[in-house]
Amino acid sequence: MIRLVPDQSQQIRRAAEVEFTFDGMPVRAHVGDTIAVALMRAGHLHLRDAPQDDAPRGAFCCMGLCQECVVRIDGGLVESCCEAVRDGLVVQSLKVSAP
Amino acid sequence: MTESYDIAVIGAGPAGANAALSAAKHGFRVLLLDEQPAPGGQVWRAKSAAILSAPATPESRAGKALRAAVRDSDVHHQGNTRVWQIERQSAGWDVHTLTDGQTAKVMAKALILSPGAREFVQPIPGWTTPGVIGLAGATALFKRDLLLPGNRTVVSGTGPLVFFVASEIRRLGGQVAAVVTPNTRRDWLGVLPAMRGRPDLLARGALWVADLMLAGVPLLWGHSVTAAQGQGSVSGVSVRKLDRNWEPIGGERGIEADSLCLGHGLIPNVEAAQLAGLPLHLRPELGGWVPEVGADGRTQIDNLFLCGDGAGIRGAAAAEIQGKMAGLNAARHLGADTAGAIAELQQSYARAARFGLAMTKLSQPRSGLSSLTTPDTVVCRCESLKQSDILAEVASGAGSTNAVKSGLRAGMGPCGGKYCQTAIARMIAAAHDRPEGDIPPPTPRPPLRPVPASALAGDFDYNDLPIPKPAPL
Ligand SMILES: Cc1cc2nc3c(=O)[nH]c(=O)nc-3n(C[C@H](O)[C@H](O)[C@H](O)COP(=O)(O)OP(=O)(O)OC[C@H]3O[C@@H](n4cnc5c(N)ncnc54)[C@H](O)[C@@H]3O)c2cc1C
Ligand code: FES
Repeated sequence: MIRLVPDQSQQIRRAAEVEFTFDGMPVRAHVGDTIAVALMRAGHLHLRDAPQDDAPRGAFCCMGLCQECVVRIDGGLVESCCEAVRDGLVVQSLKVSAP
Repeated sequence: MTESYDIAVIGAGPAGANAALSAAKHGFRVLLLDEQPAPGGQVWRAKSAAILSAPATPESRAGKALRAAVRDSDVHHQGNTRVWQIERQSAGWDVHTLTDGQTAKVMAKALILSPGAREFVQPIPGWTTPGVIGLAGATALFKRDLLLPGNRTVVSGTGPLVFFVASEIRRLGGQVAAVVTPNTRRDWLGVLPAMRGRPDLLARGALWVADLMLAGVPLLWGHSVTAAQGQGSVSGVSVRKLDRNWEPIGGERGIEADSLCLGHGLIPNVEAAQLAGLPLHLRPELGGWVPEVGADGRTQIDNLFLCGDGAGIRGAAAAEIQGKMAGLNAARHLGADTAGAIAELQQSYARAARFGLAMTKLSQPRSGLSSLTTPDTVVCRCESLKQSDILAEVASGAGSTNAVKSGLRAGMGPCGGKYCQTAIARMIAAAHDRPEGDIPPPTPRPPLRPVPASALAGDFDYNDLPIPKPAPL
């Protein structure tokens, strides 16, 4: 079929892969990815539970404004859409059920 | 030690970066600050380090040229830096910054604000479901990460952005389930005359639409997504037809999708201008509340300049030219002879602004837009406050955004009200039967950008990010 906008997905070269964990599950990422991007690619969209109603939330603005993507690393809270992954990083969600 | 500059520029998008470059050419010491790692702003955002190479786009080319120009200039660019407070002093401005967890203060004789815009999303049922992202926010994923929001995405919103986003999803190999836009083909015909000045952009837009049509993607003109379904992630969306005032009419139909990009135009970031003391005026045709500023970037404060989308949504081309004028005016304030150069830019600015304003007009909210928000819809995401919670507060007497904010903490959460204030102001206006111009945004308070409380005291700890704690088990 004729495409006026070509599919260029095969022409993208990404950096080497690393692995980190999200609530104990292994997730692969490219060096330089933000945590939110790596999680989104792996299908982990639900990052925390909302105050009051515990409803699931995930990255929304993708640029460090809304604070919906906050996760825990090294005991502290970070905006996962702004924080780069590192090999072996241990990322925890802010889900009520988080391990 | 506090560093000192002739000129500090907040925001390194097309406006701010060009302001900095123009002023530095006249020999001034210029500091260019942005929270992003590299210059480019929203429209020309740089790729992340995870992308080694990728096909060029008009945006990536323009961004690359801008970054090279800044690199080859005497401008001191400092990325990864959030400006959280500005203060006027007798000799100029104090600018408070946060870089890698370290706070600092810089001084400048003149200050240029070029903070750009953020997006407005009218709250709809389900818009807090993971997998729903902002329409403009999606462009950040495409430009920085070359990542798709999902496998099958509904793209919904106003203006040209909806077609750009749909087209980028196709370029990156994704599937667009449908394009849903409140605008009609008639709306677009209405802005065609203003688009004639930019045949390049007109042709690009026409190509996006033609490609979507060839691919058989449903284009729902005069429609809106009215709800997103799904628990932990999106399973589908509902759409309805809208009348001329964007009031939903007719039955609901469902579209299967695992992701939704949703947005209803852009709002100027006015908080820094408010903190600096500039009055605001409601100008819906410019995207909402805008600070008082001249076309050439001068303000009523002689050492304060404002340019780009933060002065009203006129688009990237206008931002670039207004940025140059603001930079030249700052240089002029400090003694350079730039009057002639400024005058030469006026005409091209007017032409670029004409195009940008026509695009903004497509997103100008109509009366029915607010009715997409139902009583049970979460309006303030940070505090999970529903429309009914806010209306109850308004009914009990809260007649201003400040009153709702202090009564309910709506807009006091970690996002600082960036995603709810506009919708709340319209709710107050409607409930009290007052014009929207009577309900200005709340009094601004630092931080301008999310900053951990302890960083303000100098001792930074991520634990102190003002995030509401999840409820205990
Ligand atoms: C999310 C988003 C995506 C967009 N995508 C497109 C697009 O694809 N095509 C298009 O034509 N238009 C797009 N626009 C419209 C865009 O606003 C303009 O076309 C153009 O980018 C305006 O240039 P500017 O220099 O005025 O502002 P911007 O490009 O927005 O630049 C402002 C910069 O200021 C920085 N900033 C703001 N406040 C602070 C602070 N307190 N501390 C530190 N840094 C700060 C921001 O990080 C940003 O880089 C988009 C707008 C948004 C909000
Ligand atoms: S997604 Fe909004 S702050 Fe990260």
